[in-house]
Amino acid sequence: MLEQIIQQFINGISLGSVYALIALGYTMVYGIIKLINFAHGEIFMIGAFTGFYFKNGVNIYEKIAASSPALEGTFILYAIDVIVTLAVAMAVAAIFGVIIERFAYKPLRFAPRLAALMTAVGVSMLLQNLGIFFLGAAPRGYPQLLPTKSYEIFGAILSNRQIFILITTLLLILLLQFVVHKTRMGRSMRAASLDKDAARLMGINVNATIAFTFAIGSAMAAAGGILFAMNYGQVNPLIGLMPGLKAFVAAVLGGIGIIPGAAIGGMLLGVTEVTVSAFGYSMIRDAVAFAILILVLLIKPTGILGKNVREKV
Amino acid sequence: MLNKYPLIKYALYLVGAFVFSSVVQMLINAGNVSSYVAMVITYMCISVIAAVSLNLVLGITGQFSIGHAGFMAIGGYFSAIITKTSLFGMVDRAVFPDIILFIIALLIGGIIAAFAGLLIGMPTLRLRGDYLGIATLGFGEIIRVLFLNWQFVGGAAGYSGVPRMSTFVWAFTLAALTVIVIKNYINSSHGRACKSIREDEIAAETMGINTTKYKVTAFVIGAFFAGISGALLVHMLRLAHPTMFTFMLSVEVLLMVVLGGLGSISGSIAAAVFLTFFSEWFRDFGAVRMIFYSLLMILIMLFRPKGLLGSKEISLSLVRQGLSDLREFPDRIKKRFSKNTENGKGVS
Repeated sequence: MLEQIIQQFINGISLGSVYALIALGYTMVYGIIKLINFAHGEIFMIGAFTGFYFKNGVNIYEKIAASSPALEGTFILYAIDVIVTLAVAMAVAAIFGVIIERFAYKPLRFAPRLAALMTAVGVSMLLQNLGIFFLGAAPRGYPQLLPTKSYEIFGAILSNRQIFILITTLLLILLLQFVVHKTRMGRSMRAASLDKDAARLMGINVNATIAFTFAIGSAMAAAGGILFAMNYGQVNPLIGLMPGLKAFVAAVLGGIGIIPGAAIGGMLLGVTEVTVSAFGYSMIRDAVAFAILILVLLIKPTGILGKNVREKV
Repeated sequence: MLNKYPLIKYALYLVGAFVFSSVVQMLINAGNVSSYVAMVITYMCISVIAAVSLNLVLGITGQFSIGHAGFMAIGGYFSAIITKTSLFGMVDRAVFPDIILFIIALLIGGIIAAFAGLLIGMPTLRLRGDYLGIATLGFGEIIRVLFLNWQFVGGAAGYSGVPRMSTFVWAFTLAALTVIVIKNYINSSHGRACKSIREDEIAAETMGINTTKYKVTAFVIGAFFAGISGALLVHMLRLAHPTMFTFMLSVEVLLMVVLGGLGSISGSIAAAVFLTFFSEWFRDFGAVRMIFYSLLMILIMLFRPKGLLGSKEISLSLVRQGLSDLREFPDRIKKRFSKNTENGKGVS
C-alpha cells in the first residue's frame, strides 16, 4: 500500500512538474497584461517539436561521440546533449512567443478584452492547423535524451527520467525566481505588472518588458514540452491542447499572477490527477482538472496563494 | 397596426416561415431540389441557430464562451437518446406521432444543455475576467471525452441509427423562432441590462444591475438554443459522433459571430449562411480551411474588434448608406487631395 502511495506520488510530481512549467508562462503573461494566452499550449507544442527535430536532425550526442569516442556514454555528454537540446527549443519557442506578442497581442493592448481573447484563440487555432498542415497530424515517437534506468525506493520504481524532469523543473523555477527578483529586468516586470503607466513614467520600457515576459514564459513552456513529450513518448500538433488547459487550471489553483503559486498548483494538480487514475478512474482524469477549476472558482477564486484585490475603476 | 399586438405579429412571422419552408420542403420531396442541396440549406439553418445563440452570450452580453460545441453535443446526444429509444420505450412509434416525440426530444436536449450551462455559468460568471473562456473550453473538450467513453451511446463508434427527423421545415421554423425569441430578449429590459454589462460591467453594477444574474441568464439561454441546434444536427445526419463536436466546431460558430459583428443578429445570420456555404465548398481542404478561418479571425479582431458589422443590423438604410458611401468614395479621395493642395502639402 505504502509503495503504491509513494509510486503515485512520484508519478504525480513528475506530471505536475510539467504543468508547473507551463503554468508559469500563463501566470506571468496574465500577471503583466491580464490576458489568457490561449496560444501558450501551442508554444509548448512548438517546443516539443523543436526538440524532436533537433534531436533527430542534428543530434549533438552522436556528433560528439563520433569525434571523441572516449566520451560516449558518459554523464558529461548526456548533460551537454540535454542542455543544448533544451536551450535550442527554449530559444525557438521564445522567438515564437515574442513574434506572437508583437503581431497579435500588442496592437490590441488597449482594445476591448474580448478582442484580445479571440485573437488568442485565433492564434492558437492557427498554430495547431499550421502544425497539422506542415508536420502532419499523425503522432510520432519521441527520441529519448537519456538511457532508461530505474531505481527502487521503498518498493516504488523511480526512473531516471522522472528525476531528470523534477530536477530540470526545479532548476528552471529557481532561475526564474532569480530573474524576477534579483535582476533589473525582473524588477521592471514586477513594476509593469503592478501599474503599467506608473512604470512607464519611471522610465521603464514597458513594451520591451512585456516582450521579455512572453519570451521567458514561452521558453518555460518549451522546456515543459520536451519533458512532457519524453515522458509521453510521442508528439503531435495537438499535444499542447490538454496540457495547456490543465496548466491554466494549475495557475488558477495556485493563484493567477503569482509565480510560486503556479509551481504549487502544477504539482497539486499532477498528484491529484495521477491519484484519480490510480483509483481506476483514468477515463475521467481529464475531467478532474476541470472539476478543480470549478471548485476553486466557487471556493477561493484568487487561488491558494492569492490575496483579495479590489478592482479599481 | 400589428405593432400593437406583438404576439400576433410574431405568430404571423412564424407561420410565414413555416409556409415558406414547407413549400421548399415540397420541392425537395418532389425531387426538384437535390438532397445534397437540401442538406446544405438545412445545415445553414442549424448554423443560424448556433450563431445567433452564441451572439447573445458573446456579442450582446460580452462574455467569452468557446464551448458552444459542448452544448451542441449535449443537446444532440440526449435528444438522440430520446428519439432512438422512443422515450425509453414508453411510447410506441407506430402510433405515437413523430412530431410530438421530436418536440419532446428537442426540449429535453435543450434543457439538459441549458442545465449544463447553468452549472458552468454559476461559478465562473460570478467573477469578472476571463474564467468563462477557459471553463467553456475545458467543458467542450471534456464533454466530448465523456461521450467518447460512454458505451451506452456507442463510445468512439458514435450513436448511429438515430431517426431522421430534422427536415428543412423544422430547421427553418426553429431558426425563425430562435431569432424571434433572442431578438425580443435583446430588446427587453433584460437585453438592455446585458448590453450595459458588455459596455462596462462596473458601471452596470453601480447602476444596480445584478450582473451575475443577467450574465448567467443569457448564458443559459444561449446554451439552450445551442442544444436545440445540436439536436437538429444529429437528427439530420442520423448520427451523433464525438468527432462532430470538436473545438473546431466551436471556433466555426465563433467565427460566424465575429464575421457578422458582435451584437448584430442579422449579421450572424448572414455570416452563418455564408460560412456554411464556404465550408461546404472547401470541405476537402481540412487544415487549410481552418488556417484560413483562424487567420480571418485574427485579422478581423486586429482591424475591426467589434466584427465586420459591429452591432449594426443589416437593414435597407444600412445598404443605402453603404451604397452612398461607395458612390462618394471617389469624391472623398478627390477632396482629400484637393485639401492637401489647399494646405500647400500636395504642391511641392
